[in-house]
Amino acid sequence: MSSVTGTAAPSVARREVAHQALWKKVIKRPEVGALGGVVLVFVFFTVLAPPFRHLSAFTTILYESATLGIPAVAVSFLMIGGEFDLSAGVAVTTSSLTAAIFATRVMGNVWLGVLVALGMSLAIGALNGYLLVKTKLHSFLVTLSTFLMLQGLNIAITKLVTGSVATDDISDMTGFNSAHAVFASSFTIAGATFSIAILYWIAFALIGTWVLLRTKVGNWIFAVGGQGDSARAVGIPVKRVKIGLFMLVGFSVWFMGMHMLFAYDTVQSGAGIGNELLYIASAVVGGCLLTGGYGSAAGSALGAFIFGMTTEGVIYADWDPDWFMFFVGAMLLLATVFNGWLRTRASSR
Amino acid sequence: MAEHSSPIIQLTDVGKSYGNFTALKDVNLAVRQGEVTCILGDNGAGKSTLISIIAGLHTHDQGIYAVDGKAMHFTSPREALDLGISAVYQTLAMVPLLSIWRNFFLGSELMRGAWPFRRLDVGTMLDTTDVELKRMGINVTDLEQPVGTLSGGQRQVVAIARAVHFGARVLILDEPTAALGVSQSGIVLRYIAHAAREQGIGVIFITHNPHHAYMVGDHFMVLARGEVELDAPRSELSLDNLMFHMAGGAGLNALQHELLRGEQAAAATGKVGVD
Repeated sequence: MSSVTGTAAPSVARREVAHQALWKKVIKRPEVGALGGVVLVFVFFTVLAPPFRHLSAFTTILYESATLGIPAVAVSFLMIGGEFDLSAGVAVTTSSLTAAIFATRVMGNVWLGVLVALGMSLAIGALNGYLLVKTKLHSFLVTLSTFLMLQGLNIAITKLVTGSVATDDISDMTGFNSAHAVFASSFTIAGATFSIAILYWIAFALIGTWVLLRTKVGNWIFAVGGQGDSARAVGIPVKRVKIGLFMLVGFSVWFMGMHMLFAYDTVQSGAGIGNELLYIASAVVGGCLLTGGYGSAAGSALGAFIFGMTTEGVIYADWDPDWFMFFVGAMLLLATVFNGWLRTRASSR
Repeated sequence: MAEHSSPIIQLTDVGKSYGNFTALKDVNLAVRQGEVTCILGDNGAGKSTLISIIAGLHTHDQGIYAVDGKAMHFTSPREALDLGISAVYQTLAMVPLLSIWRNFFLGSELMRGAWPFRRLDVGTMLDTTDVELKRMGINVTDLEQPVGTLSGGQRQVVAIARAVHFGARVLILDEPTAALGVSQSGIVLRYIAHAAREQGIGVIFITHNPHHAYMVGDHFMVLARGEVELDAPRSELSLDNLMFHMAGGAGLNALQHELLRGEQAAAATGKVGVD
């Protein structure tokens, strides 16, 4: 326990931070619960589902995790900043639809569609943030509204333009090959095929962790979510940080949307609904507090990994895939309780 | 030494009105290096208005507010801060879940490296926080521990140390002991005295506790309904006298008289025993 003494020490002893045991530092990290969860779920399915043990199956698991994990890392930033985004799931589809429709109907080039989609996704993020700071409503309400609006727009506009609920195939268009290479290519290691999305997922987690823990903006995000008034009092531009966070989520859903578009060549306008909750669940399993100010980008990526393993594990174990959602719920509950317990233990020392 | 140095802050007949309502009237105040000026008063006495003016949150509309002999009209707290006038409010501008060193440098982070690898200079910030806290006499074993795990008094002292580090010459402490227990208040009072005597900072200590004020104060001002009820140096004032003024002065005598008469009347009818 820290102590306070009455006399000021003029000579300064070297700080004693380094003396702390490594394991104590480790259990204080927010992502440690998720790390334990990864090990548990991995062992569980390795024992129960024989196909789970093969490398080719494992690449599928990693891919599944990446498609959840890329938006989940951005969502963890937003949650640390104290806000939610329920529109992130359908916004992925909005982004793919925008790119596909603009590329096929307006521009004639895939890359121009990709750029318009980026602008659109950032604008939706900025709109979410702007509405939040202007109306002062809870982000749950603001983004629930944009979620429902986007869900309607996705289907309505796609029907209006293409006459069906899906977009035209873009695989024969100018620029498709290069865009496919960037967003949805794959490579082979030891006979197993890895999607490039896996690399992006890891990159998002690593860069995200560095930004949160080692940059000024990262410090500000924790402060804005932890105690907004205090952050404002020391001169942090709280509103700009919040709008920026929503735009970061916009960027990540654009990235995911582009991957989906170039992986499947066509977009189903009703896709993406429900994923927003999986992003939030990943972030929470990864150590994020619903109330903000606490969490981890790497933890969120690990949370997505847990859900990726569960989706595929249920299939490999030959169970009905409907069990997946049950597992998601159960793990969310367990992880939240465990993380809370760990946090009180760690902070009480 | 304090008596001889020229004041950092000098208020002459300062007043402030909101429409017809006079929040503050004819306040004269000098804050000197190394001196603790206590401002006492009941709720709504004008303490908040006074410190808002000094800290630059509000502008006065009567009298002269001079810093280092120069008349000022602050339009933002930033301007006051740039002159070394720093306010530590009850909310403390701290984030409970963030570590001590991150809180210490929040909004003024030290950076190193070139973009895009520009990053927090964690080592320097840890060392500086450590030095500054030790200078204030606080010894915290782990600067990585969240501020929320500190006691109320320690948190207050960290906030004071932060203000001192970032160049405060005048510290405005807004009821720093109001939410604290006896021992925690003791910690804070000790550092208020320390900041003034050892570091030569001019302290404006706002409180409604005359006992706390009398322990550290060099100069006392009691406000009531926006006006100065009492303005005296320590040498001309006893604690009883301060408490008398603080409790409402002459008004209290009248109240006491009134209540006493009520009790006597009750005792006379035999319904209530008066001890």
